[in-house]
Amino acid sequence: MKIINYLSNVAIPFVILIIIIYGMIEKNKVFDTFCEGAKEGTKIVYNIFPTLIGIFLAIGVLRSSGILDAFLNIIKPIVNFLGIPMQIMPLALLRPISGSAATAVATDIMKNYGVDSNIGLITSTIMGATETTLYTIAIYTSVVGIKKTRFVLASALIADFVGMITAVVIWRIMS
Amino acid sequence: MLNKIWPFFIIFSFVYAIFNGNLDSVNQSIFDSAEDAVNLCITFLGTICLWNGIMQIASTTTFVNKLSKLLKPIMKFLFPDINENDKVYNEISMNIIANVFGLGNAATPLGLKAMKSMQEQNKDKDTLSNSMAMFILINTASLQLIPTTVIAIRNSLGSNNPTGFIIPVWISSICALTAGVISAKIFMK
Repeated sequence: MKIINYLSNVAIPFVILIIIIYGMIEKNKVFDTFCEGAKEGTKIVYNIFPTLIGIFLAIGVLRSSGILDAFLNIIKPIVNFLGIPMQIMPLALLRPISGSAATAVATDIMKNYGVDSNIGLITSTIMGATETTLYTIAIYTSVVGIKKTRFVLASALIADFVGMITAVVIWRIMS
Repeated sequence: MLNKIWPFFIIFSFVYAIFNGNLDSVNQSIFDSAEDAVNLCITFLGTICLWNGIMQIASTTTFVNKLSKLLKPIMKFLFPDINENDKVYNEISMNIIANVFGLGNAATPLGLKAMKSMQEQNKDKDTLSNSMAMFILINTASLQLIPTTVIAIRNSLGSNNPTGFIIPVWISSICALTAGVISAKIFMK
């Protein structure tokens, strides 16, 4: 547990260090480039903001109306059988479909159950370890006009599922 | 997609709330949600900009180029049909490295270029070739070394240890990708 924590914390300064040293060796204008990139970052947030408001509204009313709990109760037997905590189900269902929606839902879960709780850590791990599968497949196939995608969706969803189960198992062992 | 789901969510919630007498809390949540979105974006902004700056430095170096050479053994296994001297080979390995470093702006254009190059060699233009399928599969996995967005969110929610989940992310990603690749290899046969 401590080693994992330590390595997790060391990874970031290490990556930053390598990149900056590399930039200096190649005689780039490191600081100017940094500022350029940071400026781009504001655009990312600017672009995601409207989606966030929209999704937060939808998730907010789904939760407060009680319909989310009602739905989760229906699928409870299957989820319990798989050993997945109920609280992360909204994320598991949305993750492959929409990146911004998944971000909003994950934030909501972490806020409600505690960001450093087991549920919060599982949520973080799932968000970090999976991608917006359907969106990626759609972009990469549409750019070359391919219609028959064979097994790609099945394999990608198998990967997502295994990633989520692994996240749950890891935090169950570590807690 | 969201154009269909979003109104559906809201309408059903309202109708459900009316019948269950939860309209008060629904009313409250409408305004809370807007405020939450603003708060999240503000706290999020710092971390996102910081990482974008660092990654911008990485993308101006030959870092990605050099690292992509380390992928050789894995590339042989994943893409047995692609010749090492082919330009597609470079595009694919650079896309993978860009993904690993979270250089989304670099990874996607490289990836799309690789898809186009592979389509040129594809015999059946309507159907994905084995290499194309494997390539898409890898792009649907999250290879990102540092999950910056999640760190930003954890930070904004006041986590005691915003980065403590990184190694579990790596383990989960590797397990997910391995499962995906194995299943793909089986489907190919």
